[in-house]
Amino acid sequence: MKEDLNLLEQAAQNDYKYGFVTNIDTDTIPKGLSEAVIELISKKKNEPEWMLKWRLKAYAHWLKMEEPTWPNVKYPPINYQDIIYYAAPKKKEQLNSLDEVDPELLRTFEKLGISLDEQKRLSGVAVDVVMDSVSIATSFKEQLSEIGVIFCSISEAIQQHPDLVKKYLGSVVPMTDNYFSALNSAVFTDGSFCYIPKGVRCPMELSTYFRINAENSGQFERTLIIAEDESYVSYLEGCTAPMRDENQLHAAVVELVAMEKAEIKYSTVQNWYPGDKNGQGGIYNFVTKRGICAGNHSKISWTQVETGSAITWKYPSVILKGDYSIGEFYSVAFTNHHQQADTGTKMIHLGKNTRSRIVAKGISAGQSNNSYRGLVRASKQATNARNYSQCDSLLLGDQCGAHTFPYIEVKNKTAIVEHEATTSKIGEDQLFYCRQRGIDAEAAVALIVNGFAKEVMNQLPMEFAIEAQKLLAISMEGSVG
Amino acid sequence: MLSIKNIHANVEGKEILKGINLDIKPGEVHAIMGPNGSGKSTLASVLAGREEYEVTEGEVLFSGKDLLELSIEDRAREGLFLAFQYPVEIPGVSTTNFIKAAVNEKRKYQGLEPLDAVAFLKMMKEKMAMVEIGQSLLSRSINEGFSGGEKKRNEIFQMAMLEPKLAILDETDSGLDIDALRIVANGINKLRTPDRSILLITHYQRLLDYIQPDYVHVLYKGRIVKSGTKELALELEEKGYDFITESIDQSANV
Repeated sequence: MKEDLNLLEQAAQNDYKYGFVTNIDTDTIPKGLSEAVIELISKKKNEPEWMLKWRLKAYAHWLKMEEPTWPNVKYPPINYQDIIYYAAPKKKEQLNSLDEVDPELLRTFEKLGISLDEQKRLSGVAVDVVMDSVSIATSFKEQLSEIGVIFCSISEAIQQHPDLVKKYLGSVVPMTDNYFSALNSAVFTDGSFCYIPKGVRCPMELSTYFRINAENSGQFERTLIIAEDESYVSYLEGCTAPMRDENQLHAAVVELVAMEKAEIKYSTVQNWYPGDKNGQGGIYNFVTKRGICAGNHSKISWTQVETGSAITWKYPSVILKGDYSIGEFYSVAFTNHHQQADTGTKMIHLGKNTRSRIVAKGISAGQSNNSYRGLVRASKQATNARNYSQCDSLLLGDQCGAHTFPYIEVKNKTAIVEHEATTSKIGEDQLFYCRQRGIDAEAAVALIVNGFAKEVMNQLPMEFAIEAQKLLAISMEGSVG
Repeated sequence: MLSIKNIHANVEGKEILKGINLDIKPGEVHAIMGPNGSGKSTLASVLAGREEYEVTEGEVLFSGKDLLELSIEDRAREGLFLAFQYPVEIPGVSTTNFIKAAVNEKRKYQGLEPLDAVAFLKMMKEKMAMVEIGQSLLSRSINEGFSGGEKKRNEIFQMAMLEPKLAILDETDSGLDIDALRIVANGINKLRTPDRSILLITHYQRLLDYIQPDYVHVLYKGRIVKSGTKELALELEEKGYDFITESIDQSANV
């Protein structure tokens, strides 16, 4: 037992592998937030007047709001005037191809194991890379545009497709939704925009790697995905951030809109810097992700593997408005050291015969705290709504915590809501069994954890699942006994 | 192969093994019998290296190595296999993947390349036939929802795959009906080779109807109190443990 704990502690001392800083000229603005700063951001991005107005309106709301205190996380007060709200790699000229991308930047991606060349050649994945705040390279755009798919940065969409942006931006996550969504609405710098026209099945996985780079710069992405009637898209989001001493605020907003018979599959692998073993540094990840199944028979599926960030506050949700629509949430959250995660989902059943499924797996190690928080709501009109929720927690060691906060609100008698929750520890018996077969403790823990998370991992696209498995293994390296 | 010299072991400060001596030569099958609580399973656990058991005295040589100095996994990689009385469930980990990991860890230890998928599959097929186990069981999560018989058969299958020098079978017969017992025993018999030793730990004689031991030892209160050939097991079956234990207890009281 003692040895087990020691090994667990070793696991907790694993260094973050992506901690490096890229030396690229960065165009930043001074710290702090004010109307003037927002105007400056908008101006730097050469935005139309309506966008600036929208931002200022959000800012005005934000000033009246208070930071939420209900999550099961603890952190010192954030000084919002001590954050840089805009940082873009200095543009020397317009980039026409990857060859023109700063080699230093390309090396960064190589260190991350996501060389664009390789991505392009091997996987058929279109990658829209966001380095700090501005999109650097967008590949496969032409192939996609032939079938009418728009996949570009949100900044570009604001310029090129203002009607779509005006129509849908803030339609799923209103700027007034919460403190961090209001902040994002005021200062968001970049992100992705996808539009899948009617009847089109997007032939490739759309993928974005976000990377926080400039020191002290909060990153506020904004992603908007619209799937028209009978369309399908699978979107991958992966994130890594370099090592930092200061905590970095990250408050993204993602909005998904699925029209009739449309399906959106949104997968995230997040391994931002979690802080060191003493709980110093790390990313604060306060994200609002929400999709609406606007049309009948539509489907939205969230899959997330969260291994990073010092604090995660994130509830990818689905509003099931269309009749017969389906919402899914599959999640693995791994916390180590002093990491804190308060994550889960909301399934809001409005339409008839709507179904939702929640599978949340929390794994806690070190002195970390891992909470599942989920809401299932069946409204008055939601006849025959069905929900199945399963929340499992796995504890590594005896200094970590796992918590489950399910909220169930049912206003329709025909609705059926099921919730199952389990908490288990990696048993000494399991470890002994593996070790007696010649599998050392570290490999045994990886095996057991991957087995625990398998149901969720199976939801990820193949290449992504492999990456996610590696990430879990890295997060646990030096692990348990 | 295995030489146990004067082993004393404690659990939670209580002495369970009080000086065990036992020599097992290559190819021999030894049965350890004894009433409940005599220390049979403790002996198995001590040999496998379970950490709650503290060895306070004595030594164990395994193929000339100091067994007690080796980690749990290195004992396994050196060729010591324990068939568990209560095999452990690991949800989400397929039996096949589990065994593949085990086989390749052992190969790595021996300085061999990992088996590729084709070679591994070929080996699996062979051994599956040997111990009468089906493919469907092997694609399920290890031991999860297995019946008692399936769990024990799976243990013997793992033994077949790992090809140990010494297999310790801890109450492998417990909880088996007669058909399952026969299948499991047949599997074990097929795995008997001139250089593989087997240590059978059992409460009942019935397993020994199927697997003929070379030697039988009676363990009582942490000591081997009587050793003999398979006839000893038959005598125990007939007279019960009392005929040995009573005389021991009496002499202890004198």
